[in-house]
Amino acid sequence: MSKKIALFIPCFIDTIYPKVGLATLKILQDLGFEVEYPKAQTCCGQPFFNSGFRDEAKNLAYKFYSIFKDFDYIVAPSASCIAMVRVNYKELLEPKEYEEMASKSYEICEFLYDVVKLDSLDVSFAHSVALHKSCHGLRELELGVSSELALPYNNKVEKLLSLVDGLTLLPMLNADECCGFGGTFSVNENELSVKMGQDKLQHFRDSGAEYLVGYDNSCMMHLASIDKSVKMLHVVEILAGVADETI
Amino acid sequence: MKLFSDANWHNQALWFVRQKRDSASKSLDEWEALREVASNIKAHTMSYLDRYLQEFEKRAIANGIKVHWALDDKEHNQIVEKILKSKGAKKVVKSKSMLTEECGLNPFLEERGYEIVDTDLGERIVQLNKQKPSHIVLPAIHLKKEEVAGVFNEQSSDPTYLTQVARGQLREHFLSADVAITGVNFAIASEGAFVVCTNEGNADIATSLCQTHIASMGIEKLIPKLEHLGVFTRLLARSATGQAITTYTSHFKRPSKGKEIHLIIVDNGRSNLLGQEKFEEALKCIRCGACMNSCPVFRRVGGHEYSYVIPGPIGANLGASRDVVKYGKDVFASTLCGSCTNVCPVKINLHEQLLAYRGEYKAVVKESKDKFYKFAYKILSNPKLYQLSIKLAKYMPYSFYKNAWGKGRKAPKFAKRSFREIWEGLIIDN
Repeated sequence: MSKKIALFIPCFIDTIYPKVGLATLKILQDLGFEVEYPKAQTCCGQPFFNSGFRDEAKNLAYKFYSIFKDFDYIVAPSASCIAMVRVNYKELLEPKEYEEMASKSYEICEFLYDVVKLDSLDVSFAHSVALHKSCHGLRELELGVSSELALPYNNKVEKLLSLVDGLTLLPMLNADECCGFGGTFSVNENELSVKMGQDKLQHFRDSGAEYLVGYDNSCMMHLASIDKSVKMLHVVEILAGVADETI
Repeated sequence: MKLFSDANWHNQALWFVRQKRDSASKSLDEWEALREVASNIKAHTMSYLDRYLQEFEKRAIANGIKVHWALDDKEHNQIVEKILKSKGAKKVVKSKSMLTEECGLNPFLEERGYEIVDTDLGERIVQLNKQKPSHIVLPAIHLKKEEVAGVFNEQSSDPTYLTQVARGQLREHFLSADVAITGVNFAIASEGAFVVCTNEGNADIATSLCQTHIASMGIEKLIPKLEHLGVFTRLLARSATGQAITTYTSHFKRPSKGKEIHLIIVDNGRSNLLGQEKFEEALKCIRCGACMNSCPVFRRVGGHEYSYVIPGPIGANLGASRDVVKYGKDVFASTLCGSCTNVCPVKINLHEQLLAYRGEYKAVVKESKDKFYKFAYKILSNPKLYQLSIKLAKYMPYSFYKNAWGKGRKAPKFAKRSFREIWEGLIIDN
């Protein structure tokens, strides 16, 4: 029996970047998975939890649980939302329910790398890209080794990108420094948030790459709000072979 | 928080230190193991803190050190004053101690007519400039060398020249002071001895020249045995400045003939953290400042933007632990990027604590913007209402919301069809 995947499409991907949701759907279906999109889904509760509203976050965590509990996997093209489930639901759900959610929720790249163990792709993207290593994916989901750690270097997303024909990954200075989005931080600390974003964009321009790619559209949305001329893509758009359609 | 006046300069100055720390830490194969061991030693020590404190006191007294206990900042300052009085002291030379900053010792003593001279170069600069340290390891990092020249009334801003000027002035103070005050980096329970780390040797000259040495330590400075010290000294200097070890790592075990060492062991709220699972990790802190150098927010705003005496990720946590209403706002000035947690040599879960304190803060502080969250919650907790709202939002003209995200940016545009609508179309098409 094939495993059933529930897609979790966070609000900003649903409304602003639906093509990223579609790319996620496509790559999973191409791999032969049965994919559902539970319609009652809304939000993982992160904006509330990060702002100190525990009760609201807890209620949303339980709603999330009841919507997604019957699936084998929960996959989202958003590292930050999955980190909310994997790390912070520990405090919001009962231990058994938490374990269940934490063990079957995946950010799309880690799902492809750790579960599917993707080692080849029939996809090409003949462009140069720089990877923004968004914080929650890097440091909480451990998609890679962050620059603070003295561990052998590894990055799952870069490894996936290396499977793409014609793609050139260019190094970017301070690639794992925060872009300044930080959810409600971007509203509460607007000036600081914009400054961090400008610095990130400057590092991208200095990299010489054509595209800024990432695995968290929330960061990209923030960066695009500062400079919409920068070309950005979600990694999954490239991996699903639909990047050329969306450019 | 406000951006630092020259945010790029401040950012780069601290990033340079972070990079030195990176190469120093990566030069040791066992770096991550050291962090783990250090974290475990501290966790163990905190679990048996009562025992280790008593053992430490017993052995320190046996070594001839006079031990004092201070419940809070007030008691600490009174003990210092009492010692100064008993010695008929007028002038104090002080080496770096964040604890005395925390206790407000300088203003307390100055109001009572004592002369306090900070002898760490950075601290001396901020003292002359009538400021507070902006960083726990680099107290004057917010000042450019030209500003430092101004502090010393000098024309030249050559760092070596200015250091010589400060050195000359400080030498006079060292020679004429009555009492030396130092902090404590590590207190070793099994030895009844303590260790003070400096790069300038100012603690050494001060304690050598003065007949009386007062050392102030928080209860969390304890480690069980001498053999544990190397774990921490290896981590401390590398994390702080990228050095293999601080230039001076001075051990104080017993007073020299005819001299006195007074050690004040201070709680000042620390013991409240014991047993608080979400927050007690902060007691592991060895005050290296690496979290400040690594923090993308701190680097761009500087330490003076924080409300508590210790700034940055650790300071925001410590401040909130002291008084969540008074200092709690700083825990929101973080993107929760987690860099502080990964850089911390004793593996304090700094960003998780910042997040946890937000809950503590909102439990007691109500703000006008809470209404927005309650409204958003109503929508997001009801799938039908959520779907209706995003449909409505989509039909708003872009001009209506394009500036909704504040200055310096344009809000993103909604897609013509949401993922949900496309999905529903796909299902119908099938």
